[in-house]
Amino acid sequence: MRLIIRNSRVIDPLNNIDGIFDILIENGIISKISKEAKDRFDKVIDATNRITLPGLIDIHVHLREPGREDKETILSGTHAAAKGGITTILAMPNTDPPIDSVEKVRLVKEIIEKNAKIEVLISSAITLRREGKELVDMTRLKKEGIVAITDDGSSVDDPQLMRQAMLEAKKKNILVMLHCEDKSLSLKGVMNLGFISTCLGLRGIPKEAEFKRIERDLNLAKETDARIHITHISCKESVELIRKAKKEGLSLTCDTAPHYFSLTEEDLLDFDANKKVNPPLRTKEDVSAIKQAIREGVIDCIASDHAPHTEHEKEIEFENAEFGTIGLETELAVAITELIEPGIISWKELVRLFCVNPSYILGIEKRSLSPGKEANIIILDPQKEWIVKKEDFLSRSKNSAFLGKKLKGKVECTIYKGRIVFAQENEVYSNERVR
Amino acid sequence: MEWRHKDLLGLAELTKEEIELILDTASSFKEVSTREIKKVPALRGKSVVNLFYEPSTRTRVSFEIAAKRLSCDVINIIADTSSVRKGESLVDTGKNLEALKIDIIVLRHNSSGAAHLLARNVGVSVINAGDGWHEHPTQALLDIFTLKEKFGKIEGLNVTIVGDIAHSRVARSNIWGLTKLGAKVCVCAPKSLLPIEIERLGVEVFNDLDEALRDTDCVNVLRMQLERDEKTIFPSSLDYFKQYGITMERLKKLKRNILIMHPGPLNRGVEISSEVADGENSVILEQVTNGIAVRMAVLYLVTQARETIKNEAHH
Repeated sequence: MRLIIRNSRVIDPLNNIDGIFDILIENGIISKISKEAKDRFDKVIDATNRITLPGLIDIHVHLREPGREDKETILSGTHAAAKGGITTILAMPNTDPPIDSVEKVRLVKEIIEKNAKIEVLISSAITLRREGKELVDMTRLKKEGIVAITDDGSSVDDPQLMRQAMLEAKKKNILVMLHCEDKSLSLKGVMNLGFISTCLGLRGIPKEAEFKRIERDLNLAKETDARIHITHISCKESVELIRKAKKEGLSLTCDTAPHYFSLTEEDLLDFDANKKVNPPLRTKEDVSAIKQAIREGVIDCIASDHAPHTEHEKEIEFENAEFGTIGLETELAVAITELIEPGIISWKELVRLFCVNPSYILGIEKRSLSPGKEANIIILDPQKEWIVKKEDFLSRSKNSAFLGKKLKGKVECTIYKGRIVFAQENEVYSNERVR
Repeated sequence: MEWRHKDLLGLAELTKEEIELILDTASSFKEVSTREIKKVPALRGKSVVNLFYEPSTRTRVSFEIAAKRLSCDVINIIADTSSVRKGESLVDTGKNLEALKIDIIVLRHNSSGAAHLLARNVGVSVINAGDGWHEHPTQALLDIFTLKEKFGKIEGLNVTIVGDIAHSRVARSNIWGLTKLGAKVCVCAPKSLLPIEIERLGVEVFNDLDEALRDTDCVNVLRMQLERDEKTIFPSSLDYFKQYGITMERLKKLKRNILIMHPGPLNRGVEISSEVADGENSVILEQVTNGIAVRMAVLYLVTQARETIKNEAHH
């Protein structure tokens, strides 16, 4: 099977490519990148005026299976990812039951084997049942192939246990991914503490709940020399702490989610719980700080924190609604709209944020379009404007913080291991574009 | 000026002109309650449901009387006795009421934003009768209506709101309404009962009551909600009365007469002394009377707006 993607703007920072090329894929492998390839093909995708990138990586995704298949499954979640241009995801372990043992990793692997449309990497909890009391068996879990440990959704409160976890992870060379939140400060808060929470009469979460815990974990990382990754940072103070720690030479990385550089607490004035996330949407000032940190490389990557919830858990009183937004199908477009369009980052930098850096963080093979590599490729229309609508999501849940928003840039085709796993109907996949 | 909203959710989203329209409409309805036969046919054939998830006597009764004086049918649903206990969601309850072809839901709910949630999920009108700590627009409107009656205008008035501002929907609605109409608003409370960045609403903040009252024309005394089980440190009733209670001694120190308002129900000896509550500067009972006119106006205006919207859709 020989497939050719014709005439697109190919962007691949690792090979320092940015230009119009043809990409030839043979038996699932990229075989050639050239101008006006003359070879014989079975299938041609005309990608004129399109951009072609290596498939994206999202290191923070809640697939909900096993346990909450009403919200998402590995099948529906990976289908949604493919639609969003993502070909590798790291699944979070806060399923029901949580992934905290080799047996549970094997259970998830079986489902992935059967149903996943793209690559799904597995992380394990840090503590058994995510209770923050007893560490998991990192040696066996590492052998089973987990790429990170995280108690995401909560933070390990006991500093002694966290230190022990970091020491152990350091020994086994495992990435420690941290959701930093001091629950004794966030309490029953449901949004950012500030002027808007005062206006709305909702309980606030102070920024301290996030950055005080980051501070603690940075100190523990310094002490233990563990490799840590701080996920979904949302405020200026967190950026500053991480900037400083990086300057001091700490081996640390971090990510933010698209809603933290595109939405603010003011977006909650309509009490729409689809925008209720944890950490909460912050202020305009924080959004600027996050954008600047992305531009300067203080923030290493973008991850969606895709958190599916059913409508009956979201379309209820704000304070009772679950935290989280889905994000797989919108993250790239939000980044294009909010970061590329205003000139904050370039396309190459976008690929670093969504692809090169995540692979470095997870310690997996670097993603590029080099000949000889597996063909994980996305084709997108950078000019296409679209409105986020409930009915268009492939995710089983529809709780998007971006519903009704106009975004720019749309994935038309996602190729994983040489196979088309997603294509926009009537566009790339139609007879006009594919011969 | 025409009213264009199917709902009344809060005063935050209203313009000065819209608030004035409600007050003017209320003025014309006030006379109805003084007639021998206290009824006009304005909303004949319409039905309103009072959907109350929190105990409230005065607001519910006030809405009920207002509706009946407009010849509207009234159904009361108190959360404890309905299917709410069986776990039905607010939106489902609202949709069921809509299926029963009612016209207006008056909602009282303990969660901030509940009225917004309901309003965007049903086509019938929703009137917010108090949602959590967020807003209680008809209470503020009747407070402002009373002020306007007494002083002739709102612009330039000094109004001080005293008490648990942090947990008060009455305070928030009053601040929005009064500042939009050009009054100068002060809030006074112990620090633990002031929400963060409240000054950004355009109010002056005081911790000392005597200082706050110095130039004020009216003090709106909030009820200390002693029944709350919040983690916030509440002063004891006696301490609170000493520091923040409105007493004759305190008022006598002021060089002028000030108007005393209270949304009720009163905690005598906690936030206000009996002498003041029953004294000659108190308009607490007039507020109750004015509540009917204001609520008649709101019921009337939202119904008109819905019919206008419906007619426009037909054309």
